Amino acid sequence: MLPLELYQGIESAWCPGCGNFGILKAFKQALAELEIRPENLLVVSGIGQSSKFPHYLQCNTFNGIHGRTLPVATGAQLANHELIIVANAGDGDCYGEGGNHLLGALRRNPNLTLVVHNNQVYALTKGQASPTTDQGTKTLLQPEGVAYPPLRALALAVSQEGSWVGRSFAGLVEHLTGLYKQALTHRGFALLEVLQPCVTFNRVNIYQWYQARVYEVEQEPDYDPENELWAYQKAKEWGERIPIGVIFKRPRPRLDEAHAVLRTGPLVRQQPERPIRELLAEFF
Amino acid sequence: MAIDFNILIGGAAGQGVHAITAPLAKALVRQGCQVLFVQSFESRIRGGHLFNLIRVSDRPLISSREGVDLLVALNQETVQLHQAELAPKGVIIYDASRVKELPSEGQRLALDPEALLPGKQAAEIAINAGASGALLGLLSMPIEPLMELLLEAFLAKGREVVGWNHKAAAAGYKLAASMGPSHSLAAIAAPAKGRLLISGHEALALGALAAGLQFLSGYPMTPWSSVLNAVGQRAARWGVVVEQAEDEIAAINMAIGASYAGVRAMTGSSGGGFSLMVEALGLAGCTETPLVIVEAQRPGPSTGHPTRTEQGDLSFVLAAGQGDFPRAVLAPGTPAQAFTLAARAFNLADRYQLPVFIITDQYLADTNFTHEITDFPEKIEINRALETGPATGPYERYAITANGVSPRRLPGFGPELVVADSDEHTPDGHLTEDLQVRAQMHEKRLRKLKTLVKELNGITIYGPADAPLTLLCWGSSLGPVQEAVARLKAARMVHLSELWPFPTEAVSAALRGSKELVMVEMNATGQCHRLLRQETGLKADHLVLKYDGTPFTPEYILRGLEGHA
Repeated sequence: MLPLELYQGIESAWCPGCGNFGILKAFKQALAELEIRPENLLVVSGIGQSSKFPHYLQCNTFNGIHGRTLPVATGAQLANHELIIVANAGDGDCYGEGGNHLLGALRRNPNLTLVVHNNQVYALTKGQASPTTDQGTKTLLQPEGVAYPPLRALALAVSQEGSWVGRSFAGLVEHLTGLYKQALTHRGFALLEVLQPCVTFNRVNIYQWYQARVYEVEQEPDYDPENELWAYQKAKEWGERIPIGVIFKRPRPRLDEAHAVLRTGPLVRQQPERPIRELLAEFF
Repeated sequence: MAIDFNILIGGAAGQGVHAITAPLAKALVRQGCQVLFVQSFESRIRGGHLFNLIRVSDRPLISSREGVDLLVALNQETVQLHQAELAPKGVIIYDASRVKELPSEGQRLALDPEALLPGKQAAEIAINAGASGALLGLLSMPIEPLMELLLEAFLAKGREVVGWNHKAAAAGYKLAASMGPSHSLAAIAAPAKGRLLISGHEALALGALAAGLQFLSGYPMTPWSSVLNAVGQRAARWGVVVEQAEDEIAAINMAIGASYAGVRAMTGSSGGGFSLMVEALGLAGCTETPLVIVEAQRPGPSTGHPTRTEQGDLSFVLAAGQGDFPRAVLAPGTPAQAFTLAARAFNLADRYQLPVFIITDQYLADTNFTHEITDFPEKIEINRALETGPATGPYERYAITANGVSPRRLPGFGPELVVADSDEHTPDGHLTEDLQVRAQMHEKRLRKLKTLVKELNGITIYGPADAPLTLLCWGSSLGPVQEAVARLKAARMVHLSELWPFPTEAVSAALRGSKELVMVEMNATGQCHRLLRQETGLKADHLVLKYDGTPFTPEYILRGLEGHA
């Protein structure tokens, strides 16, 4: 185990009591337990409160633009598949603005962990509905209540055979640490959704709301995470009971295995030799 | 008298216009001819009308020209559309099974599929190989190079198919040889050293490979796709990761991620796709991530004319993105320039840590030029401009420096952490609300342009220095303008291939002494002319513009000068 101080970043700009603190604490704990050194870790993020995450750590960082976390992380993964890569996004960032990239990542199966901080609200822009806001929730922009049902992204991931799909809760740091460790050691695309209370803009889905509802799915008598149909039902479950834990696992070929060029090692370590005469030979 | 023939091969999409053109053009180049061929096609997979115009000469060719000497008509429509262009001694070679109406006068050669390849029920092969053979016969050239190329092209389909091609080509050749030497190229001797036949986008792709391109991401769009395909087909051999992205937004963000992680990365699109990339262009600018972007223009706005050509995106490329950030913009005029500038783009991107554009268009993308090997550099120096070895103190990715370029390291290559941010950031890469830091960081980034502009020139001058008339052009207009100038005698061309940061001093010096200045460019509003005025204060006396989607010809430019110069 490495010392936790190794990951100490700059002071955060999050609200006191924000769910992000629990997520950050669990992440550091998981890194320390897995002995992942900061220089071997790359955290890619987009825009939103959750995307400030890597600044509050010690790690290689690429804080990009809203919705585009996954493509940047995928490009970095293809350039250097020895880096441990975590893509860090919010529900608006990943399920709204960047939805197409989630579909792309589910198909490609890059060896990286996507962590979606799901607070069911646009917090940084001060309280509009997100793709995961419960139907009927009243917001500044939706004073009559949100008209549409929320996106069930984990069900989407299961339906597309995402290679690892799990969920945890920011209020259960120990549980979240365990899920982080599993996601980080999974070889392939891991989608870890973290239920995150927003203490300022979401007065419904508060700590107590989640605490009363989440249950550890591994304790279910019919627990069967390799069964797509079982997992799909669990991924859709939302209401009185909300499952947390590993919901689905499916071994699949990874993105780096799909590119034959990468079999000799990371692209960034290769030294291409390309004599101009040989390049042009076919045009004579 | 110079030899100079235009061969037009026309038909419906899917009929084999390109199957005739490619081996014929290459066979002519191997026999020592200078060839330049232009492709004109519609946005459809089958049907419609498309044609290739092959110009062949004993002298170097830089442009296509108007007029047709040999017309190959695979369908009736081709005769109707092009018979007016036919020269007085022109010959029509036609598929007799499809073409029933011909002009009342003039030479013609009928190709009957059944006569060329009896009993094989392979009309397409008979006509395509037969027409290739017939053309070589009319041009009094040996048929052997064509036979070699047909073998190369069809071996994968089996010896029998190769045999049919050879038989039909020989039959066409024999048929044409009986018509006499009206279009003979026999005076042309094969060169001691071979020449290349290469298109603009092929050369661009090869230049990128020569410069060490390791990662290419993109989404298909005409005419950009041919860069994607050209690298994709060679990726396994040269060790490139090519990723077809889910959209252009993903494409550019992937390339930025790959570049941040340390490999030379490229992306690109045409106008519509590039529009989607604009937000991430600013990301490359703010995070100072090296990136090469190909912007292959086609006529806009919106979907516009997908398969046609225009130089209409220059203003957009120069201004794309919110806020000010440094970028470089290059615009090659020939395949050899596309090769050299592609390689140059990677060095500029790495050394100055910014996005570098290569602007092309459908005309340059698809037009095949004959080049000498000496038109290409023997070696490309690769300068990654990376910091290696242990840092002396805390590492700052965005350290404030005199020239604005901060030491760049790669993640995972040492204990130094590489922190990049799209927010305004401190020297160590963390987001900040400090307004003074904001001003310092903004100035640091923009400072890079001051050194960069001194490196740029990219000016090609053709014609006498004291000519009273100067034609100014950029990018793919080089060839037609150069040929127009050659025909005018008392004129010269000034061509710009490095457009941003604008080399103001060099351009002003090149234009000094011009009595009359004419700007020639393929767009409706004179975008490069606006740039010239903005950066130098100089104003052209007259503009020759074109925006109907077809490329410039020397004749069009000369007509545009009538009454003005």
